[in-house]
Amino acid sequence: MLNIDSLQKGVVIDHIEVGKSMEIYRALELDKLDCSVAIIKNARSKKTARKDIIKIEDRIDIDLDILGFIDPNITVNIIDNGEIVEKKHLSLPQRIVNVARCKNPRCITSVEQELDHVFLLTDEARGIYRCAYCEHQYQDHK
Amino acid sequence: MKKKIISPLDLSTQDIDELLTLSDRIIENPQAFAHKCDGKILATLFFEPSTRTRLSFESAMLSLGGQVLGFSSANSSSAAKGESVADTVRTVECYADIIAMRHPKEGAATVAAAKIDCPLINAGDGGHHHPTQTLTDLLTIHRLKGHLDNLTIGLCGDLKFGRTVHSLIRAMMRYQGVKFVLISPKELQIPDYIRSDLEDGGFDFVEAERLEEVMPTLDILYMTRVQRERFFNEDDYIRLRDSYILDKSKMELAKSDMIVMHPLPRVNEISVEVDDDPRAAYFKQAKFGRFVRMALILKLLEVA
Repeated sequence: MLNIDSLQKGVVIDHIEVGKSMEIYRALELDKLDCSVAIIKNARSKKTARKDIIKIEDRIDIDLDILGFIDPNITVNIIDNGEIVEKKHLSLPQRIVNVARCKNPRCITSVEQELDHVFLLTDEARGIYRCAYCEHQYQDHK
Repeated sequence: MKKKIISPLDLSTQDIDELLTLSDRIIENPQAFAHKCDGKILATLFFEPSTRTRLSFESAMLSLGGQVLGFSSANSSSAAKGESVADTVRTVECYADIIAMRHPKEGAATVAAAKIDCPLINAGDGGHHHPTQTLTDLLTIHRLKGHLDNLTIGLCGDLKFGRTVHSLIRAMMRYQGVKFVLISPKELQIPDYIRSDLEDGGFDFVEAERLEEVMPTLDILYMTRVQRERFFNEDDYIRLRDSYILDKSKMELAKSDMIVMHPLPRVNEISVEVDDDPRAAYFKQAKFGRFVRMALILKLLEVA
């Protein structure tokens, strides 16, 4: 297995569905960090056959709502002195702002650029989000 | 009652009961309400033309003694200069006591509602919501059938894209014993989310492809237009088109006390020969639209 040095201090985003690490990298704007960031794709997992992992060598604040929206099965581990000091489990956020864009061409957000793109969780069991304005279902979500 | 009516579901069944009762009182004695809105101003902001809806709102306000101002297309408003919906309504709120707004984009009324304090009525936001059309439909059923429960309502035509149909189904789902008969070509059946609502709620509904087959079972027939361009192939259009045109021969299959409704304007989906049938209710429906808008304005301005 590929070895990535263990973190002494930082954040590990674990149990990412295979293939979604780059989406998370972009959504959390990790490209703007000055610290080391490792993206591990197709890592072996005990919970699932394969997974992606992101290791960040700094104790940054992670927007858990964005992560929960992308994949609520992700876990976020906070590392200090080489140990996991906190393990955060995610849930689907009730409301997300400017994380996803409404793709309905008839939505008011398609013509008024200043409006926030807001999605509301309308069906928790099915994980369905709808645009707060036109109620169009967010299609890319699992 | 909420002060911003964006969707038909912003009105509780109690709100609807009160609006229908108030509409009854207005119909019985319109003179008693002729000065209820003296000194009040309704702004009709129509970012897309809809003569029928705009005139209905304006007629309603004028019948209550109020005054109206506004514009009837985006070209004659500051939207043509690129002003946002939010800025337009914020400005108009300074000049009017209540706003009725129509906009071609879905969700525009939600944007407007978040920015102002005065009452706002969504007069249609694209293919999304049009709550006063639903109120009009409910008042028509209430006046002509005497009740909203225990009815078999047939909805015919374009059930996939028809906004009025979706709103009416959701509004009627709140009443006991309502059975839905959904008559459309396969291409234009109700969207999955409406079907899920009907299934999850355990509602009695059937889907049919031909109007003739179900006509005798209906208490209400709600017609909408089937457009040729909605069909995937010409053969299906030719095979089914006559099934969605209501004429005298189909009316002979219906109950003697069935009513025919249509949100108007119609094109050819109801033959003009049906207009003289006492069961044709679509022009009465337009009349009820004015009364129910009067009731809504009174309630929102708290002058009822």
